[in-house]
Amino acid sequence: MFEFLSRFFSGGKSKEVAKERLQLVLIHDRNDIAPEKLEALKVDMVKLLKKYLDIDENGINMNLERRNRSVALVADIPLKSSQRPVRGRKKNA
Amino acid sequence: MDCRIIVITSGKGGVGKTTTTANLAVALAGEGHKVVAVDGDVGLRNLDVIMGLENRIVYTLVDVIEGTCRLNQALIRDKRINNLYMIPTAQSRTKDAVTSDQMLDICRQLRSEFDYVLIDSPAGIEAGFRNASAGADEALVVTTPEVSAVRDADRIIGLLESMEKAPISLIINRIKPEMVKRGDMLAVQDVLDILAVDLIGTIPDDESVVTSSNKGEPLTFSNGSAASQAFLNIAKRICGNEVPFMDLSGNQKGFFSSLRRFFGK
Repeated sequence: MFEFLSRFFSGGKSKEVAKERLQLVLIHDRNDIAPEKLEALKVDMVKLLKKYLDIDENGINMNLERRNRSVALVADIPLKSSQRPVRGRKKNA
Repeated sequence: MDCRIIVITSGKGGVGKTTTTANLAVALAGEGHKVVAVDGDVGLRNLDVIMGLENRIVYTLVDVIEGTCRLNQALIRDKRINNLYMIPTAQSRTKDAVTSDQMLDICRQLRSEFDYVLIDSPAGIEAGFRNASAGADEALVVTTPEVSAVRDADRIIGLLESMEKAPISLIINRIKPEMVKRGDMLAVQDVLDILAVDLIGTIPDDESVVTSSNKGEPLTFSNGSAASQAFLNIAKRICGNEVPFMDLSGNQKGFFSSLRRFFGK
């Protein structure tokens, strides 16, 4: 009865918690990449991207995401909202 | 038919590998195939007691490997059904008593004699698992809808893939439909979303599994329980038949169980 009530009030379903925890654990199990390594990769990538694009370094979001039995590195890299198109390129090329 | 050698494995212990091996061996023999179940868990043998053949052991797999006896002498014929055999392993030895090459050799010999060779793997990812899997073509991975079991299943699937076993099929054991319905247990689809392998069976949590192990009579000798039906269905699917999966979502239950749920018990 207590379980019933606590579930009623918390509104939480423990299977959702289980699924979420599993997905996170498995991303790391499947790809043994240390956080420092990911950070180093980010620094290198920013260096490279800055040669070509005017990127907003503070807005970068980079993470490993699960896709079926594989994991993808997904990077969200916003460009700075300057009016000036990047040199040598047309805007909507 | 060509012999198929299938390892039954899981990573985590206690999820039902041995029960699955015993019940599928009986069910496949019931389908008219010549079957041998091999205990691959040297030092912690249990297939013999689950199958109820513990009193008939004379020689073991390790005796065959060490040349103490011929392979045929270690084969125990199950008198309750035609075409069913079991090879026990040694209890008083360790995993070092067997190597992968020796298992390969045993499997090669069994291949010419049987339609199905089912190998009950020990838990874990070390030598015992590797030896049990060495001679297998295919794998059945047993899991339960729990975080630890699913995580270990994922690890095992990765290892089996790298060993080029195919197909690798999943059995989800001990599903409690009531818990699934109220969102307190991972549903079949949740587990499949996470593991992304082919499903070959779903087995409801069933007290008759315990009573059958008490007696040493695999459930599939008769068809009186939900778990028994689930194992029989898996055997049919292994043979290539399409059998619909049992609905274990808890949605098929009647009014009284809803009432029970309402009162929280």
